[in-house]
Amino acid sequence: MKFRADVQVILKEGVLDPQGQTIGRALSDLGFDSIIGVSTGKLFKLEIIAESEAQAREIASRAASKLLANPVIERFDIEVAR
Amino acid sequence: MKVGIVIFPGSNCDYDAYQALKLIEGNDVVYLWHKSDDLEGCDIVILPGGFSYGDYLRSGSIARFSPIMKKIIDFARGGGFVIGICNGFQILLESGLLPGAMMKNSSLRFACREVILRVEKNDIPILSGLKKGDLLRMPVAHGEGNYYADPATISELESRSRVVFRYVDNNGVVTADANPNGSINGIAGIINEQGNVMGMMPHPERACENILGSVDGLKLFESLCAAAR
Repeated sequence: MKFRADVQVILKEGVLDPQGQTIGRALSDLGFDSIIGVSTGKLFKLEIIAESEAQAREIASRAASKLLANPVIERFDIEVAR
Repeated sequence: MKVGIVIFPGSNCDYDAYQALKLIEGNDVVYLWHKSDDLEGCDIVILPGGFSYGDYLRSGSIARFSPIMKKIIDFARGGGFVIGICNGFQILLESGLLPGAMMKNSSLRFACREVILRVEKNDIPILSGLKKGDLLRMPVAHGEGNYYADPATISELESRSRVVFRYVDNNGVVTADANPNGSINGIAGIINEQGNVMGMMPHPERACENILGSVDGLKLFESLCAAAR
């Protein structure tokens, strides 16, 4: 079966995000006063052949730990769908 | 004495490093291709600067899985000398041979300028040709050189004297202005616990001939080669 997994990689809390801060300042200059925080990250859309949703999640999780995210500075979330 | 310069797709300081190491008498310098799994008996391996794999995903993250890196990791764990410069430093971090990670420069700009490095340590063979407190001039050229590690790792690096170079001003003082990328404590280079794996963001290979404005890089390479001899 084919599954789709969205792996979202984002900086850990406490790690400086100069890109997010700069984008936040730009939004504020554009008048978005209600936006008080911006964090940047990456989204990977994986297509996975697996026998079950659980297996697809496990494969995505291994891929994220090994390559897609750097555990020193980043954490990740995974969403799996058919 | 044999020195190997690794070429990844996107390396661009490989020839500079080759040329610099050739300046030292008695050196046999060879290129090592990233797809090779043979270090050809090299005594020192240099991971040069550049943009391996286009800096895709994170700098150094894909190069770290090249066939040659497996051998380099074994070589390093066995005590072999491995030096990572700029992108090479990023590869060493991604491979786990050195702790921490590189963030984008705090200025968000690519930093391309001369910096001054203060030598923090000379009680290990590869730095024994330098003096503690020496100031070395050489260029940096990077967009992601903002060294980061969690507070526990930073305090371990500091307490074990594993920071080898810091960005300083003309007077040898760590200041925000002297730091091109915002790295913690002005860290420009670190070494592993055993003292055989070193990573640094600045480019000693670009400071080895008078015509380039500084020969301080050559002092570092001479010290390194003397240690491996």
